[in-house]
Amino acid sequence: MSSRTLPLLFINLGGEMLYILDQRLRAQNIPADKAKKVMNDIITTMFHKKFLEELFKPQELYSKKTLRTVFDRLAHASIMRLNQASMDKLYDLMTMAFKYQVLLCPRPKDLLLVSFNHMDAIKDFARESPSILAQVDETYQQLIEMYTPLSSGDFQLIRQTLLIFFQDMHIRVSIFLKDKVQNSNGRFVLPTTGPVPHGTQVPGLIRIFSCTGEELTRLQFNNGGNYTGALREGSFDLCGERITKLGTNMYSVSRPVETHMSGTSKNSAQHKKVNSAPNPLAKEELNLLAMLMGGLEVDKPGNTDSGFRVNLFATDEEEEEALLSRPDELSYGIINIQATQDQQTNAELAKIMGEFPQGEDHPSSASSKGDDLLAMMDGL
Amino acid sequence: MARITMYHKEKSLQIKNSASALYNNLGVLRIAPKQLTYFTVVHANVVNMVSASWDGLNYSHRQLQSKEPNVATSTSLIMQAAFCALPSRDLLVVTSQKGIQIYESDGSIMVYWHALETPETPTETAVFARGISAVWENYICVGVSSGAILVFDIPSKGSNITLSEVLEEHNESITDMAPECSGSQECIANLVTADDGGNLCLWKSGEEFQVLNKIPGFDMSCSSVKLWKGTVVAGYGSGQIRLYEAVTGILHAEVNAHARWIYSLDIAPFSGLLLSAAEDSLVRVWHLSMTPETNTVEVAHLHNECVTDTQICGAKFCDGDGYAFAVTGYDLSEIIRYVQP
Repeated sequence: MSSRTLPLLFINLGGEMLYILDQRLRAQNIPADKAKKVMNDIITTMFHKKFLEELFKPQELYSKKTLRTVFDRLAHASIMRLNQASMDKLYDLMTMAFKYQVLLCPRPKDLLLVSFNHMDAIKDFARESPSILAQVDETYQQLIEMYTPLSSGDFQLIRQTLLIFFQDMHIRVSIFLKDKVQNSNGRFVLPTTGPVPHGTQVPGLIRIFSCTGEELTRLQFNNGGNYTGALREGSFDLCGERITKLGTNMYSVSRPVETHMSGTSKNSAQHKKVNSAPNPLAKEELNLLAMLMGGLEVDKPGNTDSGFRVNLFATDEEEEEALLSRPDELSYGIINIQATQDQQTNAELAKIMGEFPQGEDHPSSASSKGDDLLAMMDGL
Repeated sequence: MARITMYHKEKSLQIKNSASALYNNLGVLRIAPKQLTYFTVVHANVVNMVSASWDGLNYSHRQLQSKEPNVATSTSLIMQAAFCALPSRDLLVVTSQKGIQIYESDGSIMVYWHALETPETPTETAVFARGISAVWENYICVGVSSGAILVFDIPSKGSNITLSEVLEEHNESITDMAPECSGSQECIANLVTADDGGNLCLWKSGEEFQVLNKIPGFDMSCSSVKLWKGTVVAGYGSGQIRLYEAVTGILHAEVNAHARWIYSLDIAPFSGLLLSAAEDSLVRVWHLSMTPETNTVEVAHLHNECVTDTQICGAKFCDGDGYAFAVTGYDLSEIIRYVQP
């Protein structure tokens, strides 16, 4: 369907990932300098110029597996490490949060405001690093350029493409359950109250016109809900009030990250079916973006002492339980990214990886990073 | 108009996969001689088909994959599946990113395949077919993302289907189209087509299709459209329903009908009942009546059904009087039916 969907999917999922990691880094009392480094490394990787160039090219969405691999690599772009269970949980939280935002956004066009909410927060995370801010601003420009000219129908096609990507995912998330925006069966609550979308009138009026355009009658009807008029439209500029709260950070110290792993037996059956069918969204499992993300790793065996683990679970018991209760079909096998036979892709990849700057934010690992890239290129 | 229109919920029909969020994502075909009704719902690259006997005792399921010639497994997403009832035969049309498939109405045999011209590498504008309608005695029209409308000439039997004409009046992606459904021979326009900009075209079918009138849009997609007794009924992304006189384009009525994007409209041609369904989880039943003497239209609201927490993507009457209707929604693996007692 829409070939303009991937940038929004990546940026919003990435934004949710940063919210969760930020909260976990605080909760585990990771020293501020290390936490800052992790956030900055991940943001730098997310908005790398070459990476974005690839991301913004018109293309079909990736398969779920490939996208998961991209985010596995992104999460490990710094000195922080996550085990399989924590990574699974992180990914579930990210995807369910964005599914909620896609489903609930009042108009399809508001997807862009949701993305700007994520971008605004990322900008705030990186506020002390001018070079990262420049990258983030560049991304705003690309988003504005690509998306603001689109019609309502174009946005609806993007939204429908995203909804197909998230179809049949019903993982229960405790923060949503507590806020009563998700039901115990994993479905999100759709309110029939509150403001209507910008450009929509509150339902309940029938107007009849004569052939000359005069209004003949006005009839009211019961709309079955309790709606109010639209709020003003959010800003589609570089900065400004977005109005919608969708896409803002819902986690805080008092509202920690938690998941209930769920899946009624019915839902699990559906998952199995979906995953065994040929994936309609995947053109190829291995692609340039995932490989690029792999090439961006900063971690070295030589500096493991500065690395640390972050856990998405409060206790070991909880973690073990999550692993055991996780339906098989929800486990994403890790895809090993290996060189393909495609000479052209390899050449391009090598070229791009060769161009990655040794960022000023991680000088300590700069030399070993170079070795790593070299090693990887030798392996191609 | 003093009809009883209270509906109650009947036992749901289970389907093999959940419905995708696509416009008009429910197909219904009554096979009266066999006392069966066929239903179709699109899930990503699969069409789920259920045949249900009227006594509620027998259900059979079938799944149709989107096909491409010379490819074992297709990766292309389906945009719409719809039944086309021509006087001589019933067919099932499935449109996707790659092309148009025409099946026998029970889904057993694919009788025709039309490939869309797709670029080798994805371009900014998506390529797909969407908007399906049987027209007059022997035509099936299908819309394309470029705005073109393909007219296929359908023989009364066999697979000798030919592309007879390409209509180029729309400049934006076709969203939906519908034939005049009242069966009246007096109506000059017998096809309405709609696009992503909300523009409508009225057509007279025949050896050569003739555009009779164009009704300009207002930068809001028209996601579902119907044509009944010379009146166009159009549902929009703004949640509005508008009624236009087809040949003149005069706006007869404007209804603030839904709080979210409308996904489906349907008309029961014998009774003038109108069904509207939207992302706001509501299905509404209306009654339309025409007064030819004064050239006016009346619209009365009759009934609401809320499918809790479901963005509705398909809703259709199951019969020409509107005694029953069926509904499905995004992520839902069932078709919910409502009947008048």
